[in-house]
Amino acid sequence: MYRVVLDLFLKEVKSEIRQQSVLAGLALYLFSAVYIAYSSLGLRGFNLDARIWSALFWIIILFSAFGIVGKGFIGERKGILLYYHSLVSPGSLLLAKMIYSFLLTLFLSIGGWLMFSVLLGNPVQDKGIFLLNIALSSACFGSTLTMLSAIASKAGNSNVLLAVMGFPVVISILLLSVRLTVNTIDGLGFYASSDEALTLLAIHLLTLAVSYLLFPYIWRS
Amino acid sequence: MNRSKDGYKKLQTGWKILSILLLVYTCTAGLLMEVPRLSIVNESIRALYFHVPMWFGMVFLFFMSAFNAIRYLRNGSAFYDILSREFATTGVVYGALGIVTGMIWANYTWGSPWHGDPKQNGAAVALLVYLAYFILRGSLSNDEQSARLGAVYNLFAFAAMIPLIFILPRMADSMHPGSGGNPGFNMYDLDNRMRMVFYPAVLGWILFGLWITDLRIRIKRLTINS
Repeated sequence: MYRVVLDLFLKEVKSEIRQQSVLAGLALYLFSAVYIAYSSLGLRGFNLDARIWSALFWIIILFSAFGIVGKGFIGERKGILLYYHSLVSPGSLLLAKMIYSFLLTLFLSIGGWLMFSVLLGNPVQDKGIFLLNIALSSACFGSTLTMLSAIASKAGNSNVLLAVMGFPVVISILLLSVRLTVNTIDGLGFYASSDEALTLLAIHLLTLAVSYLLFPYIWRS
Repeated sequence: MNRSKDGYKKLQTGWKILSILLLVYTCTAGLLMEVPRLSIVNESIRALYFHVPMWFGMVFLFFMSAFNAIRYLRNGSAFYDILSREFATTGVVYGALGIVTGMIWANYTWGSPWHGDPKQNGAAVALLVYLAYFILRGSLSNDEQSARLGAVYNLFAFAAMIPLIFILPRMADSMHPGSGGNPGFNMYDLDNRMRMVFYPAVLGWILFGLWITDLRIRIKRLTINS
């Protein structure tokens, strides 16, 4: 099982590297979003409030994550899915996709953080906790969006449907991340934000368990 | 044989009559009986009999919806799918009524209908999650696929609703009664007069929700069969 998950994961990475346009598009999307934020808010050294900085950061990450990670299943051709179906168990495919989208979101958020530091300043004081925050939120986004994209890929108007289903589900994750980020900007230390971090972890485990149990039913059609 | 059928029929109508009686009791006793005078809430404390049971009812109906979604996934009978969908419909109506009654109450107690309170926001987002369920159902044309994906999303939505309603609002400061030092449920618990109306009200509203769902399920089955 681990072997299969690993192989599927490596296949995702390879196919992504081969189609460089997707990764380049992702980077450009992120850069333009940050640049718009910079040119509308951050020009002339205007100092951003902690709340605005973290809200802006997470909204940009969220939209990029929707665009790229949400494609997990929507982009796949029917033939490939049929091929997987005859080859691997649904659980391992889901796990491979989730790990892949987790890493992609993580990569995306760290890239976003770097761009923010260059253009809008980096007010984060507890850098380690912020990294933990990014990792947890990426895991949450990855698992939730992968599952929802699997559901949406079966319907006709998948991209709109993904947004409609995704935003309300993701809001609770987003609120927690923003709160955690405000804490790290204020430099309150780990104990001030352990509540939020644990809740994020719990939400992640919950969606992971629910998706793992339910995915075979989506997969059957 | 005939007698047991009669007994079943009596049971079938019995809980509906019980629901009507409980709600008549709730509306008269809830509006006329004495209530404790607490600061800030005063007479608006009577919203407890109408606003709070809506949330109890909504959670119960969503739970039934999720339960039937599991039953559908386990044996694939279209009947359970109808049950699951109709329970979700009534649940959303209850949630909307809960928000509206809360807004009427907030208008007098907090000064504005939408105060951006964590509990209000959590409830509104939870309703959005369930509204997306109906959009998903509507956008799938194949009946069997719509039922299966609907059931999967239903369980997912139920899992997403738990943090939105039960966990997140408790992590933030709220002006809602029962949190942040405001007079709330624990205080009413000490008051037996309110308990005597509140528990029947919860039961009555839940039974009423079941009744509406029952009617909708029967209409749905008739339209499918004809």
